[in-house]
Amino acid sequence: MNKLVPIVGGSTLVYACLACMMGVLPGIELSKVPAGPGVEPLTALQSEGREVYVANGCSYCHTQQVRPLNQDKVFGRPSAAGDFAYQTPELLGSERTGPDLTNIGVRQPSSVWQYIHLYNPRAVVPESIMPSFNWLFDVVDQAASGVTPIPLPKAYASARSVVVPTHKAEALIAYLASLRQPPWAGTEAVSGGRPMPDMVSPTTTASAPASASLAPPGIGYDAAKGAALFTANCSACHQANGEGLPGAFPSLKGDAVVNDDEATKHIQVVLRGLHDAKVGGLVYGSAMPPFAATLSDAEVADIVDYERSSWGNHGKPVIAAQVAAERAKAQ
Amino acid sequence: MQTEFTAEHSHLSERDNRALISVFSAYTVTATLWLLFATGVGLLMAFKFGAPEFGPGAWLTFGRLRPIHTNATFYGFASIALVGLGYYVAARSSGAKLYSATLAWAGLVLFNLAALAGTIALDLGYIDGDLEYREWPWWIRLIFLAALVVTAWNLIGTVARRSSDDIYLSNWYIIGGTLWTCIIAVVAIVPWYQYGLGQVAVSGFYMHNAVGMWFTPLALGIIYYTLPKLLNRPIYSYALGVFAFWTNLLFYPIIGAHHFEFSPLPWWLQTIAIVFSVAMLVPVWGGSSNFLLTMRGRTSDMVHSYPLMFIFVAVMSYLIGSTQGTLEAFRSLQEVWHLTNFTVGHSHLTMYGIIVFAIWGGIYALLPVATGKQASKLGMALHFWMALVGCFIYVTSLSVGGTIQGLDWVHGLPFIQSVVDMQGYYVWRGVGGLLMFLSHTVFGWNVWRMCYGPGAVASPLESLRAEEAVA
Repeated sequence: MNKLVPIVGGSTLVYACLACMMGVLPGIELSKVPAGPGVEPLTALQSEGREVYVANGCSYCHTQQVRPLNQDKVFGRPSAAGDFAYQTPELLGSERTGPDLTNIGVRQPSSVWQYIHLYNPRAVVPESIMPSFNWLFDVVDQAASGVTPIPLPKAYASARSVVVPTHKAEALIAYLASLRQPPWAGTEAVSGGRPMPDMVSPTTTASAPASASLAPPGIGYDAAKGAALFTANCSACHQANGEGLPGAFPSLKGDAVVNDDEATKHIQVVLRGLHDAKVGGLVYGSAMPPFAATLSDAEVADIVDYERSSWGNHGKPVIAAQVAAERAKAQ
Repeated sequence: MQTEFTAEHSHLSERDNRALISVFSAYTVTATLWLLFATGVGLLMAFKFGAPEFGPGAWLTFGRLRPIHTNATFYGFASIALVGLGYYVAARSSGAKLYSATLAWAGLVLFNLAALAGTIALDLGYIDGDLEYREWPWWIRLIFLAALVVTAWNLIGTVARRSSDDIYLSNWYIIGGTLWTCIIAVVAIVPWYQYGLGQVAVSGFYMHNAVGMWFTPLALGIIYYTLPKLLNRPIYSYALGVFAFWTNLLFYPIIGAHHFEFSPLPWWLQTIAIVFSVAMLVPVWGGSSNFLLTMRGRTSDMVHSYPLMFIFVAVMSYLIGSTQGTLEAFRSLQEVWHLTNFTVGHSHLTMYGIIVFAIWGGIYALLPVATGKQASKLGMALHFWMALVGCFIYVTSLSVGGTIQGLDWVHGLPFIQSVVDMQGYYVWRGVGGLLMFLSHTVFGWNVWRMCYGPGAVASPLESLRAEEAVA
């Protein structure tokens, strides 16, 4: 056994020390990180939803970590240590085949959208490659009283039966709705968080003023930018053709507000969001998120102008200064 | 140091010999079954990127198959195959019989039991968090730990009976890797320091160490034995091998946090991980140059020996894949590549390119010597080329696609654009994956031939090598 002891025993001792240093000790220290301000534990239903999320491996495609990088700003403010106090097992993830979900409760507050998307993602996002979770739903002849069937688009619905969520689906959607980043104390949260000039890639910061200068104020707008912003922020509900989904999300095509020359309401809806909207005599139960915190005046103007000039709409275009004026108004 | 090579098993009884051979064969056969299962699942998943409704329902949903694929590959296929090879190398290089064939069989049952129970649990949705490579419920991981302890005990007992004073380098790696992995498994299971961000730190440590302190040392141990055997010449520098052993041990455990760059883990922890990722070039370049210098001047032999070709690919993947890993750790490159499919390409270049090719090289080199039965040259050729070309297509498509995906994000395009832009690359990944899977079915056939087939006549060079190795 002479040489076995130093080689095998020695290397194992060295490894045990390194494992403590790099695994156990950081684990002990970081397990003590207290919850950040506004970070709350989940309710029973939300916890149950989190278990559904874990059991079905959602985090193999969706991260829950926003990095202090420009490209992650669309997902929320950079994640902070205090955000993870109640998150065991951790769900940071290692791949973003789908978008980050850290702040999805704010970015997509409509549970109706979430249900349709969960049942078949391609019903609302045609290019999506997420699996259908239709096995988290029941197909029944008639919904029980008090249960609202999922307003699926015609192509995905059966004429004879309706689709209602199972308890697991309800829990999962409740969990997704709970994923809301508490804002940081400082206002810099929205504009990028931890200052790290050398980390910030120049591309996005440089492109914004450059493309803005292409569009002289008041005369036209950057159509490509407007289309891209619409795709990133609006088309999941209102759809690429602007027609929304009947019974779920209102159409923007030929909509009175969008075609009204007085743009105040249009801008306000984009900035502040909307609940229980009454459009064309129908009340839409799903909520639209506010974009005031995530989009600049110029970006809101681009989106509004894109909507006002697409799908046969012909509303009067707006400029960033109008958006700034609307933003300044008390809510 | 070369005494171990001449100290052969002549004094061992026929019965001990048979016991070792049947252990080696049984580990190889069950490992092969796990390979076919795990990569069959992988292929199904690859199709899902192009056709998300392909394979519907809860049991075939992507999020459940993903951990089944990785865990079955790691702990079903690769672990069992490497332990089988490890037993053979430990016994042969020590000129000793197995310490206990019974323990080896018990270990095999435990490994298979863990992999089977883990697979079923994951498919039913019983999962200990989406924590990469430790998703099996903790009690199933205890079964795996028991298998590791049994294996370590048995390997140490075998090497303790060696006929010479020195312990051949292969055994350092094989026994070391097994004992270190026992520690990794314990660190991963104990829950008291795994809350919130604390668990993130443990995940970083675990997901990297489970790969690099288990599969890599065992694969290197196999190469250190197989390569000199196949070439009938000593390893270029024994001292360099020892140096790589200790530097790998010191540097590797520190780099796990590079899986969580830009996360809320302490910035200094991430920085240390990056610094030591660079330091890893020392053991990687040391080890791979040692292998390449051992092969130097013998390329003509390589063309005639598929075992050597497999080992050569493993060595080149070790050099390229691990160097790529160092580059990936830099923040400037992580900014683009992190969270994209580039990392999936990297993990296949390393896990498949290094570990799996080393396993195949080892099995093709040593199993025929053990059983006296050969795989056909055509079978090995088909296996080698389909696996190599398939892996090349797989890694290239995901590396290019992953880069585009990352740049899409950097350029601030709508997220869905990165999904659309990946489509073509996903198709190519499926093509590569299909070739890889087909090569595994041929490997299954070859294993059957080497274990149960007729004593086929091999090519002159290979039968010569086999004679040399036995002599």
